[in-house]
Amino acid sequence: MTVTAASEPVVRPGLSPRQRARRSRAIQYTILVVIVVVAAFTADWRQIVDVFFKPDLMKEAFEEGLLSALVRTLVYTAGAFVLGLVAGTVLALMRLSQVAPYRWFSMAYIEFFRGLPAIVVFIAFSLLPLAFEGLRIPFDPYGTVWLALGIVAAAYMAEVIRAGIQAVPKGQVEAARSLGMPPGTAMRKILLPQAFRIVLPPLTNDLILLVKDSSLVFIIGTSATAFELTGFGRDMANSVSNLTPLVTAGFCYLLITLPLGILVRRLEAKAAKAR
Amino acid sequence: MTTESETAVRPVVEIKNLHKSFGDNHVLRGIDFTVRQGEVVCVIGPSGSGKSTLLRCVNLLEVPQQGQVLVRGEDITDPDCHLDAARQQIGMVFQQFNLFPHLTALVNCTVAQTTVLKRKPAEADRIARANLERVGLSEKITAFPAQLSGGQQQRVAIARALSMDPALMLFDEPTSALDPELVGDVLTVMRKLALDGMTMLVVTHEMAFAREVADRVVFMDGGVIVEQGPPADVIGNPSHERTRTFLRRVLDPTHVEPTA
Repeated sequence: MTVTAASEPVVRPGLSPRQRARRSRAIQYTILVVIVVVAAFTADWRQIVDVFFKPDLMKEAFEEGLLSALVRTLVYTAGAFVLGLVAGTVLALMRLSQVAPYRWFSMAYIEFFRGLPAIVVFIAFSLLPLAFEGLRIPFDPYGTVWLALGIVAAAYMAEVIRAGIQAVPKGQVEAARSLGMPPGTAMRKILLPQAFRIVLPPLTNDLILLVKDSSLVFIIGTSATAFELTGFGRDMANSVSNLTPLVTAGFCYLLITLPLGILVRRLEAKAAKAR
Repeated sequence: MTTESETAVRPVVEIKNLHKSFGDNHVLRGIDFTVRQGEVVCVIGPSGSGKSTLLRCVNLLEVPQQGQVLVRGEDITDPDCHLDAARQQIGMVFQQFNLFPHLTALVNCTVAQTTVLKRKPAEADRIARANLERVGLSEKITAFPAQLSGGQQQRVAIARALSMDPALMLFDEPTSALDPELVGDVLTVMRKLALDGMTMLVVTHEMAFAREVADRVVFMDGGVIVEQGPPADVIGNPSHERTRTFLRRVLDPTHVEPTA
């Protein structure tokens, strides 16, 4: 018992650390309760429910075609994702090319479209038919939407895919080349499959962003038959002078993005475990 | 060099005045040596002596600045050489295995057969299975690399290289990344390969293996070949002081050098 002097903790007068933590937690809960109580008594809940969550308007939204708007959002997103993935892969390969002009082009493209607000691209697309008379993009209106969304998505995805390719260990290329594989075969059979595994979580993140960006479609001015969720919600909210349809449409986005978010976390956890 | 041995055993690899530097670091300073058909050559030497670089120059994973590498008479340092074709005949086994993690053991052994040699899938499959059996892994055919121990992974890597029917096998410290109890399995496979008459160039720290299996041992230090000859001479009775110092350190790691 002679060594205790050196290791004895400094004793502060008053509360112990545990008591201090308990007091801090009690204060935080008190503040929370006060806020909730005040909100409950001061807010006009009838009014709020009436404007944002009116049940019969929700029902009406379904009858008016909310589901087909949801499907259209999904179709817009899926097409743009495929286009972005293909173009992004090509851009990533160009970025890593031996040929300098390819690298320059890819770099310029990526920096340009990453720096540009997506809405600017959409406005440009809405003006294209005016600028080029007689211009028709196939699969209208899908083609236009896919192209506008895909062009921007490709820039984001290209950077992700490039990082993925470079994250594959150098020994993999060496092993492939030492077996006599030409560079193209090594890329297709060995590097790209591994790169896509590595970038699966960030690519899914890009997909979530795309789901949300698809709401910008209304800029292009598609007709009512091509409405996706946001366009549908806005249009109906306008006509009934109530926000419920827009809120309902918003919940539909969460229906898509929340599972995707969970998927990303799962994939990341799996990747962390594999490492 | 006698004319008799020249006609009987032609060189698989001929290296002439090889120089390689990384920036200011002159790693190989004029290497000349030959590996003949069926020969097992072990390259030993302290770390940084250039032995791995030398091995990697033989299939041009490292491009030398000067000198020639002839594989079965073809100069692979010639820019007009069909390098991928030359590499098909040279199997390589890496220290870190470098198996393809997204493919099963079997597909690791077939992917280059079908894409490079254009073998039919059934034929590639048959050859891959035969080689996996040869390294003692018939039961692990459907396993992914992550499901295999280091020793098993290295043996799949050997089967993968063998599936290309190489004329020469390069081993770059094949057991250095393994847990000690797994080294034996890999060395057993390599010993069997040597007995089957495979031409092998092995960079290794396993002196017992070199002494037993090698036809010739090459000792490198400072980017040059200091001495070479039968293992009994180079390991058993080295004629250079540098070789003796190195072997003392390797064979008796606890030995403390008297400071000069």
